[in-house]
Amino acid sequence: MNNSDFVRQLPGSNRSISSQRTISQRLRIDIPLLVLLLILSGVGLVVLYSASDGSMATVLRQGRYLSVAFVVMILVAQLHPEQLQRWAPFAYIVCVGLLLAVDFVGVGAKGAQRWLGVGGFRFQPSEIAKLVMPMAVAWYLSTHPLPPGFRHTFISLALIFIPTGLIVIQPDLGTSILIATSGIFVLFLAGISWGFIFSCFGLLAMMAYPMWEFVLHDYQRQRILTMLSPESDKLGAGWNIIQSKTAIGSGGFEGKGWLLGTQSHLDFLPESHTDFIIAVLAEEFGLRGVLLLLLLYGLIVSRGLWIASQAKQCFGRLLGGSIILTFFVYVFVNMGMVSGLLPVVGVPLPLVSQGGTSLVTLLVGFGILMGICADERLVHQ
Amino acid sequence: MTRRQQLKNTHYERRVYRYRVAISIVFVVVMTSILIARYGQLQIADYNIYKTHSDRNRIQLLPIAPKRGLIFDRNGVLLAENIPSYTLTVVKERVESLDETLAIIGELVALEEDDIEQFRKRLTRRRPYEAVPLKFRVSEDEIAKIAVNRYRIPGVEIDAQLVRHYPHGELFAHVLGYVGRISERELDEIDPVNYSGTHHIGKIGLEKYYEELLHGTVGYQNVESNAHGRILRVLERHDPQPGGDIHLSVDAYVQQVAFEALEGQRGAIVAMDPRTGGIIAMVSTPSYDANLFVNGISSTDYNALQNDPDLPLYNRALQGQYPPASTIKPIWGLAGLHYGMVTPTTRVSDPGWFSLPNDSRRYRDWKRGGHGASVNLEQAIVQSCDVYFYELAYKLGIDRLHDFGVRFGLGVPTGIDNTNERSGILPSRAWKEEVRNSHWYPGETISVGIGQGFMLATPLQLAVATSVIASRGELRAPRLLASVDGEKVVAPLLGRMDDVPDAYWDAITQSMEEVVAGSQGTARGLKAGLTYRMAAKTGTAQVVGIAAGEKYDSSAMKKRNWDHALFVAFAPAEDPKIAVSVVIENGEHGGSVAGPAARKVFEAFLIGEPKTVPPSMDITPEVWVDE
Repeated sequence: MNNSDFVRQLPGSNRSISSQRTISQRLRIDIPLLVLLLILSGVGLVVLYSASDGSMATVLRQGRYLSVAFVVMILVAQLHPEQLQRWAPFAYIVCVGLLLAVDFVGVGAKGAQRWLGVGGFRFQPSEIAKLVMPMAVAWYLSTHPLPPGFRHTFISLALIFIPTGLIVIQPDLGTSILIATSGIFVLFLAGISWGFIFSCFGLLAMMAYPMWEFVLHDYQRQRILTMLSPESDKLGAGWNIIQSKTAIGSGGFEGKGWLLGTQSHLDFLPESHTDFIIAVLAEEFGLRGVLLLLLLYGLIVSRGLWIASQAKQCFGRLLGGSIILTFFVYVFVNMGMVSGLLPVVGVPLPLVSQGGTSLVTLLVGFGILMGICADERLVHQ
Repeated sequence: MTRRQQLKNTHYERRVYRYRVAISIVFVVVMTSILIARYGQLQIADYNIYKTHSDRNRIQLLPIAPKRGLIFDRNGVLLAENIPSYTLTVVKERVESLDETLAIIGELVALEEDDIEQFRKRLTRRRPYEAVPLKFRVSEDEIAKIAVNRYRIPGVEIDAQLVRHYPHGELFAHVLGYVGRISERELDEIDPVNYSGTHHIGKIGLEKYYEELLHGTVGYQNVESNAHGRILRVLERHDPQPGGDIHLSVDAYVQQVAFEALEGQRGAIVAMDPRTGGIIAMVSTPSYDANLFVNGISSTDYNALQNDPDLPLYNRALQGQYPPASTIKPIWGLAGLHYGMVTPTTRVSDPGWFSLPNDSRRYRDWKRGGHGASVNLEQAIVQSCDVYFYELAYKLGIDRLHDFGVRFGLGVPTGIDNTNERSGILPSRAWKEEVRNSHWYPGETISVGIGQGFMLATPLQLAVATSVIASRGELRAPRLLASVDGEKVVAPLLGRMDDVPDAYWDAITQSMEEVVAGSQGTARGLKAGLTYRMAAKTGTAQVVGIAAGEKYDSSAMKKRNWDHALFVAFAPAEDPKIAVSVVIENGEHGGSVAGPAARKVFEAFLIGEPKTVPPSMDITPEVWVDE
């Protein structure tokens, strides 16, 4: 040490009044949540290494995506909820416009138009909708007294329905349901009446048959039938689900050991890097591993709900709550579909499945969540 | 809406929110419990089921086909071997576009419409990821072309397997038969386990008769394979037990001599060792190349064989039924002696015809004017006097003729180790009742006396009957098989005629020797240069009936209606080592047409050291599979 070091610290003492805040507070991030997310990402990389047959290149690429996503998360956390609230209606309009564009000029694969190409860069507007949907509904509801009456509930449902419908006709039923769910969570947290909720369930039950007949595509119907009885088409559509159940079940309680899963390493398990990665984990680490993973997710959800309820503004609370509950629904749907509880819809396992875009969307969500209450926590202290 | 409602109650809103979050937590806990229950069910409760599934997924029990036994002749000449054959196969799951792939393959190798049609048929009944054969017998050139273009046609593989090959082509087709691809019908009959790795099965002939012996026992290996069926490692291996190598009593050199002796004719030669029953040569001409059938004969080739008027697929030695004609006379002569109807000195007058008492119908001798006023048994055999045997047959009656004929193996299958043998006809009263539903007439006995009428025998039966004379009464089932893996096989002795004294055998053998050696003998043309003693009898079988008063005139008839030439013989007469029967369809004269063929066979077998023949077709495989 020399004097100059001392000298340089002097102006800092001036700033220290305003920065009695910790680094986390200055960066507007929640350290426990960040640590949990990092642990989860680490677990994901370990499983991905095995799922990709020990391909370091795959792991490194995923690591790069993760780094980018975490940086984006921190950047998004800098936004104040008021800003988001102001942008919400415009974001909604732009998002609906993009979804319309996809339906008319989108590019696609396997009979579904989901992508929009802009100058060599392709993206899925439905990813944007995942974030914009709860924002828009939260924006609308927070400008009115809660709990919402019939009129506001109805208008919120309309806000939910428009993008959902546009995604259904792409067609991408899985995503559309998840996006609708994120909007409905906002409504739920806002306190819509139980009577309304139950009548909606009743209506859905009545709609089930006409939906089956007229809305679902053949392949979607097939997936549901396959889930109900995978044995009926062992080598076709039932193959994936039989093999993933076999992978999970043969793991037992203790698992076959890391890199030793035969189902995944001998290529019996389809999509083992992406949507079906939980089967690799379950096969190699057994029920123990599954329980630990669920514990991690449980901690993340708990922490997320706690953060959201700290928010002072109604908009932030509703948005944050919806984001974290939707996150849980992703986990549930993915693990449910791989284990044969739910039909196969293309939903990745958050932070574990390989993928770039969905990862960024996910962590942007967490960034918003962290940003919502950064100010409030400051005030508390 | 009232103003009061428009006001936001922050505190109330926060309470509602907290309440709703609490419910959400319950929702999360319930959903998580469902997941835990589901994973617990799969990983704990149903663990054993899925563990088994997973092992069954990765571990496959693969059959290893046993190597089919080789077939050699008596001197070790290879008659049937296994050579590597390359098959072009397609795994449909790994092909992007089947039509495109077929088009590319079509550019590289010669694909016929038939191949593609058969391939598409096979595609409909295959297991997933099974390699389905598209083209058999792919050449080295074609393999190279496929190899170079492999990146363009994923899912296309070359599969090497051992298949049967008959190096002598058509020479042994009627002895060995052939193997072919297992048919749907055969699938129901074979042991599915033992044949799980086998593609071929004996279809006809020796290959079919000794199928069990030649096939061997299947082996298996436990392999770990991935979802695409690619084998990653072998966990356990049980070697198959190869089929037995068999040696035949057949002499390939004699076979070839016999085959060449019949070249250009329709006929059959059977040569047999009277001491053992071992078949030395068995030829039926024309023949066919058995290799055509191994991997499925093309319809063009098959139609050509099927529609050939000379019937190459027809095994005349076993299936051809001909009137034995005069070749039966030594046996009837012996019957006459045995039953005391004649003695060697009994004389008969032959005016050129015979008629039954109280019947005006005349049974004519082949020789106009007859053989003279006084013909004894020896003269009757040597000159083949019909009238002598008309009278003898009349005296013996059909019952005795039948009983005696049975002891020479006539009228029943010989029991040779081969397929599709026919029984010939040794007529009797019972036979006529059953088949013709009518009484036996004495006139019919007269025809039987010269081996005509209802009587029919296969060339094999004639050789067996001749062997009985040569061995002085020992009836043996003829055998092609001599030894299996070095262990000798003995033909069963079916009967022995101890009740017939040597003097009678001497008389008959003596007469048959005079057929060749005597100045009046019907086969005296064979005498020149003969270095051993040959006992023989000629025969000429009518193909069409000649009405009384008409004359047989070959020049006025179609060749198909010409008489069949027959010849039976054994040698050396004093110590018989080989008995032969020769039938040449529409050959006309037993002595001059069929006789020389028999002599060639004798000389090939009796004179000089045993000889081997080189393969008649030069198909030497370029690559040998290590076994």
